Amino acid sequence: MSLRLAGRMARRELRGGLQGFRVFLACLALGVAAIAAVGSVRSAIEAGLAQEGAALLGGDAELEFTYRFAEDHERAWMEDAALAVSEIVDFRSMAVTGQDDRSLTQIKAVDDAYPLIGTAILQPDIPLAQALAGADGLPGAVMDPMLINRLGLAIGDHFTLGTQAFVLTAALEYEPDGAADGFALGPRTLVRTKDLHSSGLLQPGTLFSTKYRLNLPDGTDLAAISATADLAFDGTGMRWTDARNGAPGIAEFVERLSAFLVLVGLSGLAVGGIGVSAAVRAYLTQKTDTIATLRTLGADRATIFQTYMIQIGSLSAIGIAAGIALGGVLPLILAPAIESRLPVPALFAIYPQPLAEAALYGLLTAFLFTLWPLARTEEVRAATLFRDALSTARSLPRPVYVLATGIGLALLITAAALFNGSTRLTLWTGAGITGALFLLALSAFAIRWLARRGAPLARGRPALRWALSAISGPREGAASVVLSLGLGLSVLAAVGQIDGTLRNAISGQLPDVAPSYFFVDIQKDQMPGFSERLEIDPAVSRIESAPMLRGIITQINGQPASTVAGDHWVLEGDRGVTYSAQPPGNTKVTAGEWWPEDYTGPPQVSFSTEEALEMGLNLGDQLTVNILGRDITAELTSLREVDFSTAGMGFVMSMNPSALAGAPHSFIATVYAEEQAEAAILRDLAGQFPNITAIRVRDAIDRVSGLLEGLAAATSYGAGISLLTGFLVLIGAAAAGEPARRYEAAILKTLGADRRRILLSFALRAILLGAAAGCVALLTGILGGWAVATYIFETGFTVIWPSALIIVATGIVVTLGAGLIFAIRPLSVRPARILRASD
Amino acid sequence: MTTPVLMLKDAALSLDGNAGRVDILHDITLTVRQGETLGLVGPSGSGKSSLLMLMGGLEQATDGTVAALGQDLTGMDEDALARFRRDAMGVVFQNFHLIPTMTALENVATPLELADHKDAFTRAAQELEAVGLSHRRDHYPAQLSGGEQQRVALARASAPRPQILLADEPTGNLDEANGAAIVDLLFGLRDRHGATLVLVTHSHSLAQKCDRVVRLRDGRIDQDATQEAAE
Repeated sequence: MSLRLAGRMARRELRGGLQGFRVFLACLALGVAAIAAVGSVRSAIEAGLAQEGAALLGGDAELEFTYRFAEDHERAWMEDAALAVSEIVDFRSMAVTGQDDRSLTQIKAVDDAYPLIGTAILQPDIPLAQALAGADGLPGAVMDPMLINRLGLAIGDHFTLGTQAFVLTAALEYEPDGAADGFALGPRTLVRTKDLHSSGLLQPGTLFSTKYRLNLPDGTDLAAISATADLAFDGTGMRWTDARNGAPGIAEFVERLSAFLVLVGLSGLAVGGIGVSAAVRAYLTQKTDTIATLRTLGADRATIFQTYMIQIGSLSAIGIAAGIALGGVLPLILAPAIESRLPVPALFAIYPQPLAEAALYGLLTAFLFTLWPLARTEEVRAATLFRDALSTARSLPRPVYVLATGIGLALLITAAALFNGSTRLTLWTGAGITGALFLLALSAFAIRWLARRGAPLARGRPALRWALSAISGPREGAASVVLSLGLGLSVLAAVGQIDGTLRNAISGQLPDVAPSYFFVDIQKDQMPGFSERLEIDPAVSRIESAPMLRGIITQINGQPASTVAGDHWVLEGDRGVTYSAQPPGNTKVTAGEWWPEDYTGPPQVSFSTEEALEMGLNLGDQLTVNILGRDITAELTSLREVDFSTAGMGFVMSMNPSALAGAPHSFIATVYAEEQAEAAILRDLAGQFPNITAIRVRDAIDRVSGLLEGLAAATSYGAGISLLTGFLVLIGAAAAGEPARRYEAAILKTLGADRRRILLSFALRAILLGAAAGCVALLTGILGGWAVATYIFETGFTVIWPSALIIVATGIVVTLGAGLIFAIRPLSVRPARILRASD
Repeated sequence: MTTPVLMLKDAALSLDGNAGRVDILHDITLTVRQGETLGLVGPSGSGKSSLLMLMGGLEQATDGTVAALGQDLTGMDEDALARFRRDAMGVVFQNFHLIPTMTALENVATPLELADHKDAFTRAAQELEAVGLSHRRDHYPAQLSGGEQQRVALARASAPRPQILLADEPTGNLDEANGAAIVDLLFGLRDRHGATLVLVTHSHSLAQKCDRVVRLRDGRIDQDATQEAAE
C-alpha cells in the first residue's frame, strides 16, 4: 500500500471535521504561541539594542577603568583614535539637604563633551550645559525625579555632595546612556567632574570608575580597534565595550531571561502534549471499528499507521501554524505596552528565527506525544472488530517507536540547548520535566490503586464509593488529569517555591544576621573617629572594618586568567581586595598558612576556599591582580572560608599588608546596630565625615527584591500559561468524559439515585483528583524548588507553605470547575433518552 | 391478583425530534395487577419500550396519567421518581447498562446502598451467587460476556426486592442458551419474591410464559389477552 493511498484515506477520514480536536489544537497553538512570543520579544530587544548600540553606550566605544583616571599616555591613545572623547566618573555618594535629609545616590560626573550621542531631557526643559553651570554662585546638578522626591527638594534648592554644595537646577527625565549603566543601588545625580574637586569625594582610594566614551570616524572596524586597544592597554585593567553590544548587561539579562522563559514555555508545551496525546487516544479509540474494518478489507499495518499519522500530522501543522501566527502577531499588537515597560529600545517586527524555533519545538512535541497512541493503531486486528481492542493492547509499542521517541526527545533537548545557549539549564529543565512526568504517571497509577483499595472502605457512603470506583475504574481519565494538571501545577509550584525561597534568602533570613550599614570610602585618617562614635553607642553590637581596594585577576601562573578558570564570576570585572597582617578573628584557614605578622617579602595572597576550588586554583599558584593599573603578582599561600550569604564583609582575596601598602585606598566598614539607632548613626557619621558613603542594607535588599519581583512576575506569566494549558487539557478530558457521565447518571437515576447525590459523586471525584494532582504537583514543585535553590542559587531551602497551599487549592478548584461544567448536562437529561440511545 | 400496581389512563407520549414532534404513544389505558406477569409485544417502533419507560417513570407522559403503587408518577419530579424506583422498581435493559467503572459486586450493591441497606455488599454477594456469578464479583463489565452482564443486571434489579420488575427485551442481545437461562432466572426471581413483572419482548416463546400479553401497534393497544402461562 502506498503513502498516496494512506493520504487519500486520511483525507476521507478528515471529512468528519475538527470537532474532537479543539483541545488538541488549542494545546499545541498555546504552547507554540508562548514560545514564539517570548522569542519575538527577545529578537525585538536584540534588534533594538543592535540598532541603538552607540546611543545606549553614549559613544561608539567605551574604555572603563576602576578606581583611577586614565593616564596621560592612555588619554593620548584615545584622542588619537577618536574624533571626540568624553570622560565620565561614576560612583556612589550621599546627597544631603539643608534639613539634614540624606540619601544614597549614584553620581555621574561628566565633562563638557557629555553626551557624545543623544540629549539629556530635563524638566524644566533647559540644555544640560545650562543646568550644570549652576546658579547663585554654586555649581549645578540634575537629579532623578525619584531622588528629588525622596529628599523633598525643589528646583533651586541647595544640597551637598561631600563638602561641596550644589544647586538643583532640573530633574533628569531622560539620561541618554542610562541603560548602559546597569544596576545601581541609588538614583542618579548628574554633575560636572570639575565641580567635585573641592567636595572631598574622589580622594585616593575612593571607589569609583571612569568611563571614556569615544566617537570614532565613520567606517571604523570595531573588532579591529578593540583588538588594538586590548594590546595597547594590556595589563592596565581597562575594560572595552563598543556599539556592537552597547548595553552588555541588559543584553545578557534579556538573553538569560528569555532562555529561562522559553524553558518555562517548553514545560507548558509538555503540559499541552498530555492533552494532545489524550485527544489522539480518544480519537483513535472512536476509530477502532473503522481501523478493524480497514484491516478486514486488506489494509496492512503500515497503511493504517500512515493514514492516521497523516491526519494527526495535518492537524499538528494547523495547531503549530496557529501558534506561530498568534505568537508572532501578539507582540506586534502589544508593542506599545511592552515598550513602555522596557528600559531599552525594541524593534517589533515579524522575526522568522524565533518563529521557526517555536515551530520546531511544536513539531517535536507533537511527534513525541502522538507517536505512541498512533503506534497503537497497529495493534487493532480485524478479528477484534467488535471487541474493546485498544484496551487489551500491550502498554509499550514496538521497539522501533520507543527508539524513535528517544531520538525525538534527544532532538528536542539538543535544539533547546542550542537555541538558548545553556546546556546545563536545558538539561536540568529536561530532566525536571521528564522526572515530573514520570513521578506524575507513577502517582496516577498509585491514585488509582489507592482509590481501588479505598472503595470498599467507603461502603455505605455511595457518592464517595462511586467517586472512588470511577477514579480507579478502567475508563476515567485519572492519568490524563493528574498528568496535565499536575505538570501545570508543578511548574507553578516550582516557580512559587523558588521565588519564595529567594525572597526569604534576601529579605527574610538575611536581615537577622546582615549589618545595618555598609560605609565605604572611609579614609585611613578618619578610621579612629569613625570607630570612636560607634564603639560608645550601646545600640551597636558589632563593627567590622577592612582596607578595601579593587582589582582584576588578569593572569594565573602567567596564563590569561580566563584560559585557566573560564568564565567564573570572580573573573567578571573587578573584585574587592583587602590586606591584613593577621587573619581576622573569625577566619578559618582551610589550607596553607597565613603569612607571618611582620612579613615583607614577595606578595602573598589568601583566597576563598570555595571559589579557589571552582577555579581550579592550588596553593603555590601565582595570581596576577591588576590594582589601579599596576600588576601585582602574588603567590597563593592559603585558602580560607568566606561566607558571602550574610551580606557581611567578604573578600575573595586578602594580601599581606606590604604588597598593597603603596596603593592608595580607603576603608570599608560594616555596622551591626539596632534598627532604631540607625538614623542617628547615619546622621552623626555623615555629618562628621561628609565624604563617607553609607549604604543601608535594608534599602539595598528592597532594591534587589524589587528586581526579583519583576523576574518573578515574568516567570509567573510563563508558568500561568502552563497552567492555562493544563486547564484546557482538563476541560478536554471533562468534555470527553461527558457522555460517560451522562450514561452513568442515567443508570444511577434508574437505580434510584437523586440528582444531588449524583452531583455530589461527580464533585467528589473531581475534588479527589484535583487534590491528588495538587499534592503531587506540590511534591514535584518542592523537589524542583529545592534542587534549584540548592544547586543553582546555593541557598538554604524552606517550603513556602502559603504558595504550596494555594497550589493544592488551585488543583481542587480547577478540577472541580471543569468537572462541574460538564456535569450539569448529564444531570438534566431524562434517563430513557440516554439508555435507549445506547441500545 | 386483585390489587392494581400499575395504572395508566389515557397516557400519551410525544417526543421532540429533529424532524419535529413525534407521537409515540396514544390513549394507553392499562392496569397491571400485583403478581401479574405482563408481556408487551408488537412490531419494532410500535412503542413497547416507550410504554415500559412510562411505567418506570424513566419517561414522563405528555398526556393522561401513570400511577404505580397508588402514586401518580406524572406529578413527580426527577428526584422523586428516582426515589420511587429505588424503593419499588427494578429495571433490566436489553443492553444491560451496567456502570462500566464498577465491578459486578459494586453494580449490584449500588441500589442497596441507595436504599441505605447496611448489609448492601453481603446481599449483593448473595444475589450474585443466586445468578451463578459469585466467581465474577470483582470483574468489570468489560471483562464479562453478554450473558454474564445480563445476569449481573438481573441481580442488580432484583436485589432490593422491588414490587415491580420491568425488563426491556432482556434476551434481545443474547444467544438462545443464554437467553433461556436469563428467562429462567427472571421468572425464578419473580416467583421467589412475588414481584409484578412487565417485560418487552419480540420472542413469542417468552411472551407465552406471561399471564397476559398486550400487543401494541402504532403506539396504541391493539390486543390485550390473558392466557394460561405455558410453563
